[in-house]
Amino acid sequence: MPRLRVALTVVGVAGVASLLLAAFLDLPDFGSVPHPYGARAVEAALDQQTANAVSSVMFDQRGMDTLGEEFILFTAAVGAMLLLRRLADETEADRLDAHHLGAGVFEAVRLVGMLMFPITLLVGAYVVVHGQVSPGGGFQGGVILASGLHVAYLAGDIPVLRRLRSLTAVDVAEAVAASGFVAVGLVAMAAGSAFLENVLPKGRLTDLLSGGTVPLLNVVTGVEVTAALVLLVGKFLEQGLLTGAAHEDSDA
Amino acid sequence: MLELLPYLLSGWVFLVGCVGLVRSRNLVHAVVCLAVTQSATYILLVAIGYARGGTAPVFGDIAPTETVVDPVVQALTLTDVVVGSTVTALLLALTIQVAKQHRTIDPDEIGSLEEESKE
Repeated sequence: MPRLRVALTVVGVAGVASLLLAAFLDLPDFGSVPHPYGARAVEAALDQQTANAVSSVMFDQRGMDTLGEEFILFTAAVGAMLLLRRLADETEADRLDAHHLGAGVFEAVRLVGMLMFPITLLVGAYVVVHGQVSPGGGFQGGVILASGLHVAYLAGDIPVLRRLRSLTAVDVAEAVAASGFVAVGLVAMAAGSAFLENVLPKGRLTDLLSGGTVPLLNVVTGVEVTAALVLLVGKFLEQGLLTGAAHEDSDA
Repeated sequence: MLELLPYLLSGWVFLVGCVGLVRSRNLVHAVVCLAVTQSATYILLVAIGYARGGTAPVFGDIAPTETVVDPVVQALTLTDVVVGSTVTALLLALTIQVAKQHRTIDPDEIGSLEEESKE
C-alpha cells in the first residue's frame, strides 16, 4: 500500500475513533431504563392489540416509513435486473443440463434438500402470518421463504429451478405486492382516515387475527420480500450460465 | 467502563470495516467490508435500546407490565438490515459489471487501466 494512503488511514481512523469515543461517553448508560419513545411505542402497540410491538412500530405506527423500505427493496431488485441484464455479446450456455441441473449433487445433500424444502416453506409462511403475535413478520418470513426455494435449487430440484428461472410470474408478484401495500393505505383513506391508518377491527391481543391492518401488511411484505429475493438471487445465478466475449477472454 | 463496552464494540466493528475497505485489493472483499461497517450500526442501535432486565417487546406470552427493551430501535435495526442487504446486492451486481468491463476486480488496477487507455 502506498505510504500516503497508510498515513491518511491512520489519521482518519484516529480522528473518527476519538469522535466516536466522545459521543459514546455522552450516551445514556447501557441498559439504563428510561426509554421515552420505547415506552410510548409499547403503550400504543398494546392499545392496537398488537402483541409484537416491533411489528406494530413497523406496520402501524410508522407504516409510511415501511412503505418506503418496501420500495427500496423493489428498486434494488429492479436495479440489479438492469445491471445484470444479458449483454449483446453474451449467450446462455448449453451446458445447462450437465453442469447446473443437479448432476454432481451428493445424494445426501439431495435428500436433506428435499426434506428441508417443504419444512422451510412452512416455517416461512408461519413466520409471515404470525408477525403480529410472535417475533417475525413479513421481512423475516419472506427471507425464509426465498431461502426455501433456493434450498430446492441447491438440492438439484430441476422443475423448481426451471420455474424460478421463468421470472415473469415472480416479477408480477413483486409489483402486485408492492402496490398492495399502497392499496391498504388507500383503503384507509377511502374509509375516511389518514393514509395507512389502522382502520380494521383490532381483535384481541395474542389472537392470530389481531392488530387490524398489521397482519395484512405483513403478508403483502412477505410476498414482496420473497419475490425480490428470488429475482435478485435468480439474476446472480443466471450470470453463472452466461458466456460471452468477456468470459472467453478471461478463460484464455 | 462496562456501561461503555457495547458502544465501544460497535465503534471497533465500524473502524475495522473502514480499515478493511481502505486495504481492500478486491471489490468483493470491499463489499463485505462495507457490510461489516454497517453491522456496527446494528450493534449500536440494539445496545441503545437495551433496558436492564428487559425481555423482547413481544407480548405473546408475557404480561403487558413486564419490562421490555425498546421496540423503536429494533424496528430501525430491521430497516437497517433491509437497506444493508439491498446495498450489498447492488454493489455485487456492479462488481460483476466491473469484472466484465475491466477483467479485474482489483480497485487499484482499474484505476491504472484507465490511465493506460488515456495515453
